[in-house]
Amino acid sequence: MNYPVDLKYSKSHEWVKMDGDVAVIGISDFAQNALGDVVFVNLPQDGDSVSAGESFGDVESVKTVSDLISPVSGTICQVNEALLDAPEKLNQDAYGAWIMKVKNLDGEEELLDAAAYEAFCAQEG
Amino acid sequence: MGSYVPSTPAERQEMLNAIGMKDYRDLYHDVPQSMILNRALDIPSGMSELEVGRAVASLAEKNKRFSTILRGAGAYDHYIPSIVKYIPAKEEFLTAYTPYQAEISQGVLQSIFEYQTMICELTGMDVSNASVYDGATAAGEAAAMCKDRKRTVTLISAAAHPDVINTVRTYCYGSGTELRVVPVKNGKTDPDALREMLVDEVASFYLQQPNFFGQLEDAEAIGKLVHEAGAMYIMGCNPIALAIMKTPRDCGADIAVGEGQPLGMPLSYGGPYLGYMTTTTKHMRRLPGRIVGETVDSKGQRAYVLSLQAREQHIRREKASSNICSNQALCALTAGAYMAAMGPRGMAEAARQSMAKAHYLADGLCRIPGVSLKHEGPFFNEFVTVLPCGDKALEALESAGILGGLPVEGGLLWCATEKVSKAELDRSVQIVKEVLAK
Amino acid sequence: MKLIFEKSVPGRGCSLLPACDVEETSLPENLRRATAPALPEMSETDISRHYTELCHNTYGVNCGFYPLGSCTMKYNPRIDEEMAALPGFTGVHPLAPAHATMGCQEVLNLTKKYLCEITGMDDMTFQPAAGAHGEFTGVLLIKQYHDARGDAKRKKIIVPDSAHGTNPATAAMCGFEVVNIASSPDGCVDLEALKAALNDETAGLMLTNPNTVGVFDENILEITHLVHEAGGLCYYDGANLNAIMGVVRPGDMGFDCIHVNLHKTFATPHGGGGPGAGAVGCKGFLAKFLPQSASMQGDGHIQVRGFAGNFLVVVKALTYLMTLGREGIPEAAQNAVLNANYLMQKIRNTFQPAFDRTCMHEFVLNLEQLKKDTGVSALDVAKSLIDYGMHPPTMYFPLIVHEALMLEPTETESKDTLDWVAEVFRKLYELAHEDPEFMRAAPHNARIGRPDEVRAARNPVLRWRNV
Repeated sequence: MNYPVDLKYSKSHEWVKMDGDVAVIGISDFAQNALGDVVFVNLPQDGDSVSAGESFGDVESVKTVSDLISPVSGTICQVNEALLDAPEKLNQDAYGAWIMKVKNLDGEEELLDAAAYEAFCAQEG
Repeated sequence: MGSYVPSTPAERQEMLNAIGMKDYRDLYHDVPQSMILNRALDIPSGMSELEVGRAVASLAEKNKRFSTILRGAGAYDHYIPSIVKYIPAKEEFLTAYTPYQAEISQGVLQSIFEYQTMICELTGMDVSNASVYDGATAAGEAAAMCKDRKRTVTLISAAAHPDVINTVRTYCYGSGTELRVVPVKNGKTDPDALREMLVDEVASFYLQQPNFFGQLEDAEAIGKLVHEAGAMYIMGCNPIALAIMKTPRDCGADIAVGEGQPLGMPLSYGGPYLGYMTTTTKHMRRLPGRIVGETVDSKGQRAYVLSLQAREQHIRREKASSNICSNQALCALTAGAYMAAMGPRGMAEAARQSMAKAHYLADGLCRIPGVSLKHEGPFFNEFVTVLPCGDKALEALESAGILGGLPVEGGLLWCATEKVSKAELDRSVQIVKEVLAK
Repeated sequence: MKLIFEKSVPGRGCSLLPACDVEETSLPENLRRATAPALPEMSETDISRHYTELCHNTYGVNCGFYPLGSCTMKYNPRIDEEMAALPGFTGVHPLAPAHATMGCQEVLNLTKKYLCEITGMDDMTFQPAAGAHGEFTGVLLIKQYHDARGDAKRKKIIVPDSAHGTNPATAAMCGFEVVNIASSPDGCVDLEALKAALNDETAGLMLTNPNTVGVFDENILEITHLVHEAGGLCYYDGANLNAIMGVVRPGDMGFDCIHVNLHKTFATPHGGGGPGAGAVGCKGFLAKFLPQSASMQGDGHIQVRGFAGNFLVVVKALTYLMTLGREGIPEAAQNAVLNANYLMQKIRNTFQPAFDRTCMHEFVLNLEQLKKDTGVSALDVAKSLIDYGMHPPTMYFPLIVHEALMLEPTETESKDTLDWVAEVFRKLYELAHEDPEFMRAAPHNARIGRPDEVRAARNPVLRWRNV
């Protein structure tokens, strides 16, 4: 399992990377592995506001669906529409396949660094 | 008494012994004794197959049989090819469950895939589900597909079938959506009223084509109005008419639904029928119900499975947009066999003849002094007449074995299909003429 | 297998309709269809053989053992089909005048009378077309009841976590917030969890009893009492009525409304997924909220489907009820329970029951240990059963048991069949330890191998196209 050190992580298994004042958000390698083959991503809309700790979409595998929980509050400025046609990118490259970018940030969940997140995942099994 | 338990009394006792029990009462030891029904059920004793056959047949005989049916209003007496009746009667199709186990269900899965394709062909839409309960529930589910947080009002034409309006109203009541009914003018949806009612909160508008009064709506123009307001356009179409009528796709519909009964299902006092339900690729993942998809198996052969299941209730539970977890598979099979037997030419022929005969009937009735058409617009195979002494006319028709038009506000709603002959139509007109001459 | 479209030959067809004997008319040009639909063009021979081929690739109750837990795949008597095909029923227009449909009305009234007696209810509707549709109707009775009393606070429906997925989906469709409560280890309602969830916002409780793991909840009277005390109503999901009909009545357990699956309990066939009928019964005080048809009875009531529901399915159920009668109904239930307990007993020395106690009409096996020991999962066992000519049990339900297989043999299986099934399970248990790889690749003798469901969901192909 891969835990890049330049990212922050939420306990609901999303990663956050700051790009200037924009937060780039995806799901962790641990999350994609637990989900199995992702078959579809329900994306939010550009311009929607998101709140930390609340659902902004979901990812479907064949037999499960999991909410995507936003680690930050703000306004969505871009969504990765390439995932609509190629949801498998979330499995192949969890840290390359970002899901959304959020600006006007005004709050975040408790975020973990790579080491703390790895320990957290180890506990979850 | 009748029974379908194969084990003999001796075998049953042997099985009880094997699980360490004396008699059946022991099986229910978890049930509080106070609750056990300590008496026989108050229903008659069981019967042999011969007796029960007689008893049920005597109930069927209490219904009046009409040899000619000139009534539609949501249930249409089209000709059903003989072969169509034999296919859903095949025991494997009849007794199988929902095809969860694809490896031993390829037959029923393929039949649904073929049905989906045929319905897409008929409607011009991209995607069909495996069917829902009937046309009215299809309309209810379609309305539920369209609403979101900002758009919470559903519009429906007053010229839709009353059962469709009432069912959509009930689905809206459930989900807390407001239903507003767009009024009718001259037997058609009033476009000016619709324009005014298409406010920002409107999620969708439902139009029936041909409408409940048989009138053909200007569906394309109405679709433009709906889209200009940013709402979704749902059309409910008669599938026989679709063989010759402009498709909902070409009219701009986002969702097309309808009552599939005319596709080979007998009248049967209202059911089983079939709701077909289609949409565009864009809205595919919001479509409720079962959907069959093509894939390959472990050896690379073409195979079919229940697909896109993550939309459904057994996975989403309270987040699912619908609780539906079945379809009308046997009715979809019937509809598929019907469309295959009729073929594109036969379907179009049934549609053209239904229309021609309805017009012939309308002309005949309107030649009787005092009878006229209530609406002047073009119609398919149903129309409303203004006719004095409608009750007497219906009585006289009934004594001749003819089911006449349905009394609707201020007139009779008549219907003809390819099944009625010119002679039957002439006779019907003659009977009405004689009643009115008295 | 070729698709019907791949068998189509332009110019073929069946001769079905005479030439039109009245003057032709045509649609106004702006309403005409642009191109004809590409429906198959087939001779009657082609059609007959095509569907016979599909039929041979479909597994029905007539093919063999079908122990699909919670689905009650009992034998579907053919006399029921014959009665439903009588022209005196199939030819009746739903909007024919009432005096011309006396036979149909009597069918509905008799079936209502018998089913109300069996369930302990006072009134019933046949409008719902399936179990989930019945749930929708039943929960709308609860909603109307609170609305009529002006009790707007009651926005919550309690559902145990062992419930069928339809229960929470139904409550949500009816605008209720779902309160999931944990079950006790045997799948029964945890009374403390229930008490904690109940308050003046509770609209009702949805419950299956026997529950989804095949156990009769012995606290049922206390459960319904607690809900009533809090001002809520109790909805009975009739999925498992087959275990208890003629023995215990949901009405006597304290339930206010109920749905009954005619296509399970009352032997009408499933038809590959429908048509079914989810009759909804209720106590007298809810009767005024039952649905009606606007076109048959007029406005003013809720309505969940057009006309009177799947009428012919009701004819089949009535035929079955009249055949079994007062003696046959409890006999069927008792033998359903006996068969389940007998089969569980015969299997238990290999596969582990998830709940080690007397079951009702079905039981759950827990294959976690087998998976740990051999790597063979519940799915692998299910697929291997196909090679022995039987339909797999329900897999991975209820969710509260991991690696679950749920078996419901029903009363229409003989002792011989059950003995054979136990023997097959024993062989598979041995095979799992000897050759797990073989089982992971099962089935080996079916029409197709395991399908690629990921591909189907990622790249949906939902219709045929001529390429």
